[in-house]
Amino acid sequence: MMKRFLSAVAVSATVGLGVGGMGLGSAHAEGLKIGFLATLSGPPAVLGEHMRDGFLLGVEEAGGKLGGLETEVIVVDDELKPDAALTKVQGLLERDQVDMMAGVVFSNVMMAVYKPIIESETIFIGSNAGPSPIAGRGCSPYFFSTSWQNDQNHEVMGRYAGQQGFDRVIVMAPNYQAGKDAIAGFKRHYTGEVIDEIYTSLGQLDFSAELARIADAQPDAIFTFMPGGMGVNLVRQYDQAGLKDLIPFLSAFTVDETTLPATKETAVGLFSAAQWAPNLDNPANAKFVRDFEAKYGYAPSLYASQGYDAARLIDAALKVTNGDKRPEALLPVLKTAPFESVRGDFQFNSNQFPIQDYYLTRAVNRSGDTYVTEAVEKIFDDVGDAYAGSCRM
Amino acid sequence: MSATLLAVQALNGLQLGVLLFLIAAGLTLVFGVMDFINLAHGVQYMLGAYLAVAMYQVTGTFWGALILGLVLSLVCGLALEFLIFRHLYDRDHLDQVLATFGVIIFVNEAVKVIWGAAPLALPGPALFDGSIQLMENLKYPVYRLALIGSGLAVAVLLYVLVTRTRIGMLVRAGATNPDMVAALGVNIRRLFMIVFGFGTMLAGFAGIMAAPILSVEPGMGDNLLILAFVVIVIGGIGSIRGAFIAALLIGLVDTLGRSMATDIARLLLPPSAANDVGPAIASMLIYILMAGVLFFRPSGLFPVGRS
Repeated sequence: MMKRFLSAVAVSATVGLGVGGMGLGSAHAEGLKIGFLATLSGPPAVLGEHMRDGFLLGVEEAGGKLGGLETEVIVVDDELKPDAALTKVQGLLERDQVDMMAGVVFSNVMMAVYKPIIESETIFIGSNAGPSPIAGRGCSPYFFSTSWQNDQNHEVMGRYAGQQGFDRVIVMAPNYQAGKDAIAGFKRHYTGEVIDEIYTSLGQLDFSAELARIADAQPDAIFTFMPGGMGVNLVRQYDQAGLKDLIPFLSAFTVDETTLPATKETAVGLFSAAQWAPNLDNPANAKFVRDFEAKYGYAPSLYASQGYDAARLIDAALKVTNGDKRPEALLPVLKTAPFESVRGDFQFNSNQFPIQDYYLTRAVNRSGDTYVTEAVEKIFDDVGDAYAGSCRM
Repeated sequence: MSATLLAVQALNGLQLGVLLFLIAAGLTLVFGVMDFINLAHGVQYMLGAYLAVAMYQVTGTFWGALILGLVLSLVCGLALEFLIFRHLYDRDHLDQVLATFGVIIFVNEAVKVIWGAAPLALPGPALFDGSIQLMENLKYPVYRLALIGSGLAVAVLLYVLVTRTRIGMLVRAGATNPDMVAALGVNIRRLFMIVFGFGTMLAGFAGIMAAPILSVEPGMGDNLLILAFVVIVIGGIGSIRGAFIAALLIGLVDTLGRSMATDIARLLLPPSAANDVGPAIASMLIYILMAGVLFFRPSGLFPVGRS
């Protein structure tokens, strides 16, 4: 209680100084502190690294000053453990007194930290995980997403499979919540028949048994959600089994720039769904891809683009408020999404998740040893998610 | 399910079994002979794969990567033995678990610092590049057959080593009664070092052989380690023969279970329930098998007498 009172005093003091001392240069109290939570250990660390690098690039391109405020980003590893994430977030909120939170790769971590962050009335820019509860009934004016709601990329593949006249498909996903959500999302707009649903164990490495089943059933296409190393194995084994040229491979979060360095040629021609790809033709994106590769030496993925957009969103909003970082000043501005997203069309829905376009992407060999995804067809134009209707704020 | 599909699935099961055997053989030797619980065995499997990838970048061939990878795996294993494990042999099992668990965390992080978190790939040898048409639509990579062949060759080699050579005799004696072997004038520490080094190389070999079909990533050995423990518990701790039989058993049960459990569940349950129950049962099967074996044969299928 005392602490909250003291911090209230501190905030009003800063604001007072901010107004009075305008033009005196940025004192330390004028800075912006952002807590950035990402999974940076364990096998899925590569997703967190992409997202973090994208965010930090966005901060760097603003000269280290988002909206003119000297910016300190405290990057914290959630270890993909919800309880560890919660402890660390409490540390960020109470000890470090961060002005904003951003990041979060995985939905289970998001569900653990979401409540404490929004209840502390801290602005929270999610740059990956979008579980349905926070897009629907649990939405909050303090939370914005620069990614998607979890179902959406799967919906894209379902729509595409229907459009292509794939009447019989087999769907395959790991046997856990996100896997089941993926399949539910795929079915939402799919018009054909799902002839088999294969659930593999999480972390499975060898898919030979499943591939034999698929070859035996001879579907028109398969749809799969196999994030991280599982996807790498699946893609390579799919190629080795000679299925790549026979049965179209539709996927989400399986074939992207985080896995392509490992799958390389074996993934070329496989399809995925995304709201962003490196070849999207707009000036902001061209600059982002060029700068990212120059700085980090690898090709950015959609995770990197979402991190980058999060930083640019904060930067643009703070510029509109002239560096006023109080939530009451920032929230209405953030809602208008006053920035140029690297994915092109971007605005916030009523639940503060994006309304944006979704593309069919395909893995290609861009040059030499560099493999990237490229958008080949727009599947959805300016859509929001299925849960926005149940969001009341 | 057609007979062809069943045969293909049996082959897949055999291949998983062989891979498990390569990992479990080293583990059961170290556990059985030295009475040392080495949780870091999975990490040594991972190191084998990473070192082979690194050596591939140097030599440009799979064979160079294989040989240098094996040598470096051995060096890493002996270094770990010298620096850490040696001091744990006389401690109780809990200390060993704690220390070797620490090694897992340390090496997983070290690998991430050196090679990054993104999965890497090791191209297989050109010699085994082709594939054979097993059924309509499905090709089976020759490399997988080579993997099965190499696993069976290692099994034969180990069998000969353990039953027909002097060092094998010492190993068997050491597994039964280490104090007596030491009292007879055998340098038991050196024997331990040889066994440990050999076990490390086997784990490294498994990692290198698995690398062309599975992705090389931090923590890749952690899941397999659990399966390897299941294998050695079912097979009887310290028994190479037990590890071999149990590994094949686990490989077959797991693969066939995965491919058939949902279909079987559908015969009894509505489709949506079957989709939930099938995979759940499939992932439990090997543990049910282990519980069953332990109930009837508490020391495993091929117990090694230990006084």
